[in-house]
Amino acid sequence: MTTSFAKFGNELYTGKRSYNFVSSKKIWFIIAAVAVAISILLPVVKGGYNLGIDFRGGSEFTVSNVKTTDSAPGEKAVHDVVPGAVPRVANVAGNTMRIQTDKLSDDQTVKLKTDLAKVYGVTESQVTSTFIGPTWGQDVTKQALIGLAVFVGLAALLMALYFRTWKMSVSALAGMLVTMFTTAGVYSLSDFEVTPSAIIGFLTVLSYSLYDTVVVFDKIRENTSDITTSSRRTFAEEVNLAVNQTLVRSINTMMVAVLPVAAILFIGAGLLGAGTLRDLSLALFVGILIGTAATIFIAAPLYAWLRQSEPELQKQAKKVATRRAAAASSNPEAAAV
Amino acid sequence: MARTGHKNAARRVLIWLVAIFAVLTAVLGGGVITGHASWAPKLALDLEGGTQMILAPKVEGSTGINEEQLNQAVAIIRQRVDSSGVAEAEITTQSGRNVVVSLPGTPSSETRALIQASADMNFRPVITTGDPAPVPVASRTPDASLPKPTAAPTNASDSNWVTADVYKAFEALDCANPAQDKQPRSDPAKPLVTCEPATATTPAVKYILGPVEVKGQDIVSSSFDPVQGAQGSVTNAWGVTITFDANATKTFKDVTQRLNQFYVASQAQGGNDPKAQFAIVLDDQVISAPRALAVITDGKPQITGNFTQASAQALSDQLRYGALPISFDIQSEEQISATLGGEQLRLGLLAGVIGLLLVVVYSLFQYRALGFVTILSLVVAGGLTYLAIAILGWTENYRLSLAGVAGLIVAIGQTADSFIVYFERIRDELREGKGLVSAVANGWRRAKRTVLASKAVNLLAALVLYFVAVGNVRGFAFTLGLTALADLLVVFMFTHPTLQVLAKTKFFGEGHRFSGLDPERLGAVPLYLGAGRLRTPTEKPAVVRARNTGAAAEAERRMTIAERRLAEKQAQLAGSSNGTKEEK
Repeated sequence: MTTSFAKFGNELYTGKRSYNFVSSKKIWFIIAAVAVAISILLPVVKGGYNLGIDFRGGSEFTVSNVKTTDSAPGEKAVHDVVPGAVPRVANVAGNTMRIQTDKLSDDQTVKLKTDLAKVYGVTESQVTSTFIGPTWGQDVTKQALIGLAVFVGLAALLMALYFRTWKMSVSALAGMLVTMFTTAGVYSLSDFEVTPSAIIGFLTVLSYSLYDTVVVFDKIRENTSDITTSSRRTFAEEVNLAVNQTLVRSINTMMVAVLPVAAILFIGAGLLGAGTLRDLSLALFVGILIGTAATIFIAAPLYAWLRQSEPELQKQAKKVATRRAAAASSNPEAAAV
Repeated sequence: MARTGHKNAARRVLIWLVAIFAVLTAVLGGGVITGHASWAPKLALDLEGGTQMILAPKVEGSTGINEEQLNQAVAIIRQRVDSSGVAEAEITTQSGRNVVVSLPGTPSSETRALIQASADMNFRPVITTGDPAPVPVASRTPDASLPKPTAAPTNASDSNWVTADVYKAFEALDCANPAQDKQPRSDPAKPLVTCEPATATTPAVKYILGPVEVKGQDIVSSSFDPVQGAQGSVTNAWGVTITFDANATKTFKDVTQRLNQFYVASQAQGGNDPKAQFAIVLDDQVISAPRALAVITDGKPQITGNFTQASAQALSDQLRYGALPISFDIQSEEQISATLGGEQLRLGLLAGVIGLLLVVVYSLFQYRALGFVTILSLVVAGGLTYLAIAILGWTENYRLSLAGVAGLIVAIGQTADSFIVYFERIRDELREGKGLVSAVANGWRRAKRTVLASKAVNLLAALVLYFVAVGNVRGFAFTLGLTALADLLVVFMFTHPTLQVLAKTKFFGEGHRFSGLDPERLGAVPLYLGAGRLRTPTEKPAVVRARNTGAAAEAERRMTIAERRLAEKQAQLAGSSNGTKEEK
């Protein structure tokens, strides 16, 4: 099988085997548009994202003079009252337990109070409840969004300078936006709570998405650097070849990046259930897969499309067509290759 | 000699890497021996627990606190906590009244003071000054000759503010040994008798100050920079520049107009009239009392004097953090356990190890012996990151949360990508029929650009988010930047030199079946020579002719040797320029 994968790489490199990423762009763009539309509509239909305690605040219970400072009974008590909740149980100074969970209704609060008193072996008067505000407040969100905007702006500038064309920046950002929306859509579909970990995962995905695009675009830049003097392939074909030539790299990188994430997602989260690891790894797992795909199916074809109407490249395309026509008439067998 | 120059350059780079490791280990070891650092990285709140402080914000002049003020209070605390390192603190509100701060570990007294730091800052004009020591009881002014106001004071600098009681208090005040117990907060509408504590360079001073004229909350921002000389030249002196809001700009203009008159009037005596000074008062203590040398009309006074860069920054920070109308009382301070059990970390690490093993298997499967280079590079990157985290935990209070651990595991993918990009480029070169040594040199030249450009994106994300974002996002940016840097270091200082050395070995150089760089398996009969150029038939190498016939094998060997020589020449040319670059 290794042999066949190596052969696969060789054939992609020489162009013997080639996937039409660029010429079938319409299909990919339609798929992406539909996916983005669904991703935007889905949370709207579902009534917004399922924001966690860090964003919305919640209820806090304090149990004093507990018999055990184990956090498991507290977690179980919360699960019994609110199935699927992600409580945070901590031991505070000696024998006081602090239990934080999503905002509870009055009935749930009363019930959880009773249950907590029972599991920790104290009277109900030793359980107090209050409500707490978000740890991820407006100020954190605001600063993160400003940071993100500045980063995207500077990254676009950096790419435009490095590649010497703003069209690559635009294409790369389009790929990133598709990744961003669809990852958020899948996260919404999973119905997992949005936690700070998920946001961190999300930010990682954005930087990964741009990173991946730069790697592939660098190969495109290399392949198309002397395009105007060559009549072998059109610009779009040259872009497609570059994508095919880096396909093995894309697959290998995606695999290496996604394997540890998958391990955390399926092993860690499977054994641990909800929590930091699950949220983070889901966002990353989905994001890396989509990010890699968006580079190949969206960013590269979009770039080819943005540039192919340039007069110089049109002239070059004509040259290629003329050469091919001449070759076909003089040597019909070669034309078949 | 020329033949081994390339290899020596590679060895030198590897030795440098060992040196970096040795230095980092020595730094950390030194920290451990002096008791400041530990070999293990510090853990964050979710994994280690820490201290939970409940703070009650107090808004000046009102009893309650509204939601907006509470949010502002949270923002203030977050800013203060962030300024003391990259530890991810958890800051929330409780019952719509209190701010709850959870910090990992035990906060230092500086951190605690910073969080609690009072925000009661204002500007008062100076009426008179005196020596710091109290006037001996015997020589104090007798009651009869104590100053008596002759009229109601007309402005804040008026000596009529100094009543008998104020003057008595002034004489009795001991600024050389200031009382430690907390005094009730002064009335902003009344004069204040207080001290300026002694610093390393200036002695303590005793003041009688007029009522508050400008409040600290009117400060929009403050900065510190070197003072510009007369012709815009840079001097050694540092100054602190305050920016007031529109209202305070007007008030401050009036104040400086009045104070400046005192300065101008006393210029014959060296401009030493204390009434020309205005005092910046923090927590009822004077932190600085500059003279009004000019009328400030633009609301941007620059305070100059005997500032060093450090003292200018300290004053600027005090002004900025002090410019807020909220102060905090610590209501309780308790130890808090980790919110995530050790179980979470253990299973998380287990999952990470399994993931890593999968990566190892995949690399070996894909790259055969070359996979070991990937794995070793990852080990080196891991070692560098570990040392950096442990050292930064000590110097920057950087702590690993579970999300941070997951982030590091994920970074494996992006680190390995640099190697994958590089290996694929080498394979591309081999497919075009190049010998391994030149394939490594050429592949590296092309891969280097890609790696640098793509890592620049990661570093940019890390830098921007680190400086702009707050809280968790800042911690994330730090981890991202750290891994990107470790990756660059490893690919330049380990992976590439290692490959340069390996390319000379028989196993890799002759493209053993299991080397992962076997030209035959890579189908090294290319149809074209890169970038769309056609290869002429004479260029076609004989590398992949059938190996079993003697003559063909002989021909092949000759071709390969000839080719290898040529390749080595090319490599030396490329390598000599490369080598000088890397030695810097």
